[in-house]
Amino acid sequence: MLKQIILGLLFGGAFGFVLHKVQATDPNKIVGFLRLTDMHLAKVILFAIGFSSFLLFIGLAIGLVPASHIHVKASYLGVILGGSIFGLGFGLGGYCPGTTVAAWGAGRKDAIFMILGGLVGAWVFVLCYGWLLNNMSWLFDSVVSINETNKITLADTGNIKNPALFSLPGIVVAGVIAIIFMVAAFLIPDQIRNTTTAS
Amino acid sequence: MTQTWGWLKGGIVLGLVFLTAVAIVKPIGVSTQYVIADCLIFCNVDPALAQEIPQEDGSVIYKSSNPYLNKSKGKYVKAAKNPGNYGFVFVLAMFVGGWLAAKFGGPTVADDEKWIPRVWRENIGPSWGKRMAGAFFAGFMILFGARLAGGCTSGHMMSGMMQTSLSGYLFAIGVFTIAVPVSILLFRR
Repeated sequence: MLKQIILGLLFGGAFGFVLHKVQATDPNKIVGFLRLTDMHLAKVILFAIGFSSFLLFIGLAIGLVPASHIHVKASYLGVILGGSIFGLGFGLGGYCPGTTVAAWGAGRKDAIFMILGGLVGAWVFVLCYGWLLNNMSWLFDSVVSINETNKITLADTGNIKNPALFSLPGIVVAGVIAIIFMVAAFLIPDQIRNTTTAS
Repeated sequence: MTQTWGWLKGGIVLGLVFLTAVAIVKPIGVSTQYVIADCLIFCNVDPALAQEIPQEDGSVIYKSSNPYLNKSKGKYVKAAKNPGNYGFVFVLAMFVGGWLAAKFGGPTVADDEKWIPRVWRENIGPSWGKRMAGAFFAGFMILFGARLAGGCTSGHMMSGMMQTSLSGYLFAIGVFTIAVPVSILLFRR
């Protein structure tokens, strides 16, 4: 129990710290990324995913990371629709569920209202879930059907619960994807478009 | 000391946080904890929502009258009954991490940014009420959406795509298809 609390404090603290340092806690930077006028955060995220993925699959291949630590989520239609609903709030508010917590810590007070709205939104979903399951069950239909749970990856992780779409060795598939992500982070310009009027 | 980190340094450190988390504990995810926080409040109002049933062999079964909270052997109920768990402490610690970063080294949030971000002020206006209503509505949407999707930016996009999960790509497609045009249309200046 104590170990769990200490690990939670360490990783949560580090995550909040880094989110603020890379300015993911700044709605100006989030909106800048989403309206393509300031691609700083796009480069951060692309590089972070590529870099961590590369090392993760090396760790899996040499047995440093146990395959049982892999936790993949199911691929159902609600992931896309839920993502779109998320996108509406993300584009409007400029915070994610996590960055808004770190932003509040760093001194942004509007983040409190984002969190309050989030608590209500999450609870409304909890209350709606039974109804959605009965009346809109297609939301939970799988996008690709491979096994019972459909917790699918592109690259083989070695975890039997997670079938891979590509039957090549995991490190090859993940390595290619990781390199594409990291190269993209270098190639994306700082700015793709200008705002329509100078401010 | 430079206040903010450039994209390469930031990307490397952020990547290392996600990597060590999955190597030592499990993949990072945030949005689930909003449900746990809700249950801490509402499950006291209606005890049927969070039932802790001790068994004869000393183990405990967790149940809920709500079908969502009852999912996965009542894992949400279990977490809400034991809030000193990794996932919940993790999110509380994110607040501390943000505070520490601003306090030691910065960047600090400018006074005129504390309630209303510049990009909002320039495009939507200086109204306090409008920003707070907008933030509340946006918060509602991101958590309703994240719960329907089963995760948010950290769980689906970062942790998910790091593991090459198909669901991470689906979530990212859903998010950016809407968020990019919404942001472009709403924030022109």
